Amino acid sequence: MAPAGPRFGDAIFANVERVNAELFTLTYGAIVRQLLTDLEEVEEVNKQLDQMGYNIGIRLIDEFLAKSNVSRCVDFKETAEMIAKVGFKMFLGVSASVTNWDADGTCCGIVLEDNPLVDFVELPDTCQGLYYCNILSGVIRGALEMVSMKTEITWVRDMLRGDDAFELQVKLLKQVPEEYPYKDDE
Amino acid sequence: MIGVSKMKPYTNVLDRPLSKGKLEVSLSAFAFLFSELVQYNQTQVDNIAELERRLEDAGYAVGARVLELLCHRDKGNRRETRLLGILSFVHSTVWKVLFGKVADSLEKGTEHDDEYMISEKELLVNRFISIPKDMGTFNCGAFVAGIVRGVLDSAGFPAIVTAHFVPMDGQQRPRTTILIKFAEEVLQREARLG
Repeated sequence: MAPAGPRFGDAIFANVERVNAELFTLTYGAIVRQLLTDLEEVEEVNKQLDQMGYNIGIRLIDEFLAKSNVSRCVDFKETAEMIAKVGFKMFLGVSASVTNWDADGTCCGIVLEDNPLVDFVELPDTCQGLYYCNILSGVIRGALEMVSMKTEITWVRDMLRGDDAFELQVKLLKQVPEEYPYKDDE
Repeated sequence: MIGVSKMKPYTNVLDRPLSKGKLEVSLSAFAFLFSELVQYNQTQVDNIAELERRLEDAGYAVGARVLELLCHRDKGNRRETRLLGILSFVHSTVWKVLFGKVADSLEKGTEHDDEYMISEKELLVNRFISIPKDMGTFNCGAFVAGIVRGVLDSAGFPAIVTAHFVPMDGQQRPRTTILIKFAEEVLQREARLG
């Protein structure tokens, strides 16, 4: 297996086609604004963003595996490192770090220092309950589900709410044993 | 110091320096996001016209902001006030920033004086999109048409902007033409300015 490290994610990012981050940022902003207009309730918007992220995640994992050429991670710790160092880098061009592991290694924090989703963004008073970047948690959840891991993801720090960084808490709920799609006698 | 991350304390959006606009994300990240935008809007409409209108609205919001951003960053808070000036601003500056290249062509409509067309062989947003047969002439370029309308409208050039597929000889995929039809007042003003 190729070594997993920041360089690795960098190398992939350097070789994929890229677009201006502002187009991405503003398009995402347009989506959030549309959802706020349509759904009215901030809670519903959070849910819809998470759902959109999930839809992306279940497709994005294929591209991730194909381009990164990584093989199965030995444990959840390695998985988290992969997401932070390779996943974020190869799609968004930013690196993230993994911190705050719990004792049994099933729960950690992924910290984002740069986040292309939030350029130009400020939450108005009416949207204080909004998890603006909730699409990201959906992406991770969806992608991990496709590699047999059920996770629960929550925001613990959010710069739009005045924190010093973005931090997602990723909690491994269970590893779903892989099932073959066919039975022996078929 | 080694091991200390470069955490920045939170600052108000207006207190932060404006980015130079050189950052990039992967094309797939954008394509995934755009596909979700289209899919979500599909659930909100009954017909193609409405879907195009909603995509256009989303694009409009982007366009209005792009104009403000670019005028501030690249043009010292000035904007184009003449028709050809703003058209070439859209065709060159806006296109270059958003899509990494100037648009393939900018032409004046032959039949009507108030029509202009920006054409692109392979519009970025249509890159990974194929239109199902039952959706007829639907073009996701409506989003880009919305961006163009957002820029023009915010700059004081109200127009109706639509996206169309135009089949090309010898090419498998049609090109996309963004048709701009300016409001009457814009042409009258142009005429006055001489």
